[in-house]
Amino acid sequence: MKIYAKDREGKEIVIEGREGWTIMEMLRDAGLPVAAECGGACACATCQVYVEDGWYEKLEPPKDGEVDMLDMALAVQPNSRLSCQLVCSEELDGIHVTLAPE
Amino acid sequence: MNSPIQTDVAIVGAGPIGLFAVFELGLLDLKCHLVDILDRPGGQCTELYPEKPIYDIPGLPIVTGQELVDRLMQQIKPFGAAFHFGEMASGLTKLPDGRWKLTTDAGTEIVAPVVVVAAGAGSFVPKRPPIPGIEAYEGTSVHYSVRKMEAFRGKNVLIAGGGDSALDWTLNLAPIAKSLTLVHHRDGFRAQQHSVNQMRELVAEKKIAFHVASVKALHGDKGQLSAATLQGHDKKEWQVDADAFLPFFGLTIKLGPIAEFGINLNENLIPVDTAKFESQTPGIFGIGDIITYPGKLKLILSGFHEAALMAQAAFHICRPNEKLRFQYTTSSTNLQKKLGVA
Repeated sequence: MKIYAKDREGKEIVIEGREGWTIMEMLRDAGLPVAAECGGACACATCQVYVEDGWYEKLEPPKDGEVDMLDMALAVQPNSRLSCQLVCSEELDGIHVTLAPE
Repeated sequence: MNSPIQTDVAIVGAGPIGLFAVFELGLLDLKCHLVDILDRPGGQCTELYPEKPIYDIPGLPIVTGQELVDRLMQQIKPFGAAFHFGEMASGLTKLPDGRWKLTTDAGTEIVAPVVVVAAGAGSFVPKRPPIPGIEAYEGTSVHYSVRKMEAFRGKNVLIAGGGDSALDWTLNLAPIAKSLTLVHHRDGFRAQQHSVNQMRELVAEKKIAFHVASVKALHGDKGQLSAATLQGHDKKEWQVDADAFLPFFGLTIKLGPIAEFGINLNENLIPVDTAKFESQTPGIFGIGDIITYPGKLKLILSGFHEAALMAQAAFHICRPNEKLRFQYTTSSTNLQKKLGVA
């Protein structure tokens, strides 16, 4: 599966996603500046992305823990998600995400 | 000002690795003072994931962040380390006698022959909203905590956030503020339900205002705020009066003043040797997530090992004329006495 990821300057790169791994891990492996301070425990809200181009609606809705954690994130938009909670799968092939500001 | 504290080892950071360093140093009769910006021990373990299970601590198949820290505190109790909580290690200078002086933002001074940086990823500091020019208002009109409620009497107060801090200060400041506006990105909160209910009552009585929006811009002069522009999810913008702005988005980690300690850094990490875990500055050691060396893994268990080796090297600096005899806690009556079990 492919992830289309835009950094904070608007530059887009295409990342090969590994099934079962989180999008946060893929973004970080690709060298994008995702803080992910808690290491993927849904406990810090520093891996926020905006899910673009109609992909937000295709995702499973966030669980309560993620919704709560987004309350601690900055610059939250209606299409905000925590990338540590998005798991790569064939259904997400072609997903577009943009890193939220730090 | 009080005279400086004199001790063997000053430790920056009271996370799991800083705590275990107290144990390893304590077995060698070295006394420690720890400085941490948080108000309690545990660092990331208690601040980020107190309830989350950790599965890779040797001998503890499952333990939560809080439980691990509680156990470490119990384990180091015999050594009577001193803690300086709520203080940020802000400066480090070398004294003419070769010892180091660590200073904190609260004015505490600790003089020791050895400094151990166990600062993880740095200091926990409040998250700063990405609003252009917000720095110019910080300390005058923008506050990340409330020190004195009276400072907000008669002011137009703007609060952003959806957690307990945002809700608690909304409820506490509403009676004394001239006006109070709460802004959150959704019409839902992670705060205590009774606080949310009370807030909604105040909104219904028109005593405060609540907007589903974000703060887009700040307006004012010479650090004094007068208004803020809010933006809804439909990108519509409007202005509210605001003399004071309180953003409550929790904490994030920034390296902070360690960068100015004069220790050689490589991509915000301290390079150390793997025999002593000493930095390139003699007498300054590093352990845990803040250090780098070939093969480094950011694991709690690796930090424990690093603390043990660091302690051996620190002993030779603190007690240059004494011989170090390696002993086991299982068999050494001497160590067991220190632990209070023999």
